Amino acid sequence: MKLDSMYQDVILDHYKNPHGRGLRDGQAEVHHVNPTCGDEITLRVRLDGTVVGDVSYEGQGCSISQASASVLNELLVGKEIGEAQRIQQTFLELMQSKGRIEPDDEMEEVLEDAVAFAGVSKYPARVKCALLSWMAWKDATAQALSDTPGSAPAPKESA
Amino acid sequence: MTPISSTGRALPGLLDTEAIRKDFPVLDRLVHDGRKLVYLDNAATSQTPRQVLDALAEYYEQHNANVHRGVHVLAEEATALYEGARDKVAAFVNAPSRDEVIFTKNASESLNLVANMLGWADEPYRVDRDTEIVITEMEHHSNIVPWQLLAQRTGAKLRWFGLTDDFRLDLSAIDQVITEKTKIVSFVLVSNILGTLNPVREIVRRAQEVGALVMIDASQAAPHMALDVQQLGADFVAFTGHKMLGPTGIGVLWGRQELLEDLPPFLGGGEMIETVSMNSSTYAPAPHKFEAGTPPISQAIGLGVAIDYLNAIGMDDIAAHEHALTEYALERLREVPDLRIVGPATSEDRGAAISFTLGDIHPHDVGQVLDEQGIAVRVGHHCARPVCLRYGIPATTRASFYLYSTPGEVDALAAGLEQVRNFFG
Repeated sequence: MKLDSMYQDVILDHYKNPHGRGLRDGQAEVHHVNPTCGDEITLRVRLDGTVVGDVSYEGQGCSISQASASVLNELLVGKEIGEAQRIQQTFLELMQSKGRIEPDDEMEEVLEDAVAFAGVSKYPARVKCALLSWMAWKDATAQALSDTPGSAPAPKESA
Repeated sequence: MTPISSTGRALPGLLDTEAIRKDFPVLDRLVHDGRKLVYLDNAATSQTPRQVLDALAEYYEQHNANVHRGVHVLAEEATALYEGARDKVAAFVNAPSRDEVIFTKNASESLNLVANMLGWADEPYRVDRDTEIVITEMEHHSNIVPWQLLAQRTGAKLRWFGLTDDFRLDLSAIDQVITEKTKIVSFVLVSNILGTLNPVREIVRRAQEVGALVMIDASQAAPHMALDVQQLGADFVAFTGHKMLGPTGIGVLWGRQELLEDLPPFLGGGEMIETVSMNSSTYAPAPHKFEAGTPPISQAIGLGVAIDYLNAIGMDDIAAHEHALTEYALERLREVPDLRIVGPATSEDRGAAISFTLGDIHPHDVGQVLDEQGIAVRVGHHCARPVCLRYGIPATTRASFYLYSTPGEVDALAAGLEQVRNFFG
């Protein structure tokens, strides 16, 4: 069934057992919504020097948006900010590929569990669900960086 | 033959959907590797019968011209067809005069048009500081935001009726909500998310008592039941063509003639004038006063043919069909474990749009798994987010029926929801 390409077991696992859910301390908080379906996320970023110290979040939404936030937490916490931004950029490219990018080994190494979302990119209505937490993270990180000048490189603008 | 449902029970009052469905080519479509399309998103938009499609093609092939100008044969034919559509709409809603029917692009534009008229109007209609606008918590965003804008721009106060726990308007404090300060009361006849049919008489009575105007959003009513603007007793009624078998891009505002004469135009341009000089202009009488620019001509003609189609079947028969189907659907849905209807639990005073939640499975996921089985429903907040907030839910899944919907499609939905539960169970 084609559905399985969207609802990979990895995604359903993250949906049922989310990582890092709940709001904890951070330097910046953002609230993003997906106006078409009402999905919402409140996300906080804590930076420890040049490292992503924590990404905490609370929200409501479909399995794709919730699993995506869980994967983000697992993937980005503990990474250097620059590397985390590269991962975010790679994920964004994958999600905007309309199913045209078949993740190779190199991409799998960067994205780990997040490659499971490749199938979602074929469903235009669901891409925003997968990206909700990632765009919120990008926004919150930019805010955290601008509040603590000199602590880390400025965030790169993504497409 | 009375169609038999899967439970073996005959449903009285159903239309001959087998014959009707032959007029709707898209209903034969196969989707997702050969699955039969089960179209249950009629509250969002209805499908278009061959008769309307043919009328659109014929218009462009034989009669295309701009209306109300030019003396050539095509211009005259186009004008006659366009104005003929106005006659059909007027008769469809039992308007006292055809001049009370204004063509707009959709119901949203109709609602915005009235909000703007009242912002620019003279006394006694003028909405300004010290006056109040009344709506309800059940409205589509298109009957909330135009009034919020009007309130912000004029300093008027926006008030609203809340909702009861059984998904109806709470009119218990009607005399405190609609007061001497109220200039306009605008409310939905049938809710697009809850399916609730609202009590018009009580609201109109109170509004008239205090001299307030009444506007009714009939977007989810006009396609499904006989609509009589004189019986409603409102001052303005809005609806849209694409939910009643017509094309997109055509909506209707019906307004009482004396009001349309008194109220100022909103959009200026060609067609809506009498004379223009560089210093000032005078305006054409209604409805043209409110139809600046080249109107949606083919769309209006298409709507007229859609109305012919609905009339040929009969609005009362359509209402009876949907009533029977809704009753059956409510019954089948009640059998689905963890399913909670968000709206009136019986078919009493309700339309054929049924919203529900399914355990804690997000509607987006419900809709996706249903789509994979060829079942088209709407998921989300249905442009009625305040309703979701009121009942503490993020979103709903909504199935909505029309004259071509069948008990078999209700069964397909029930079976599809079992699949959803298995998938996320």
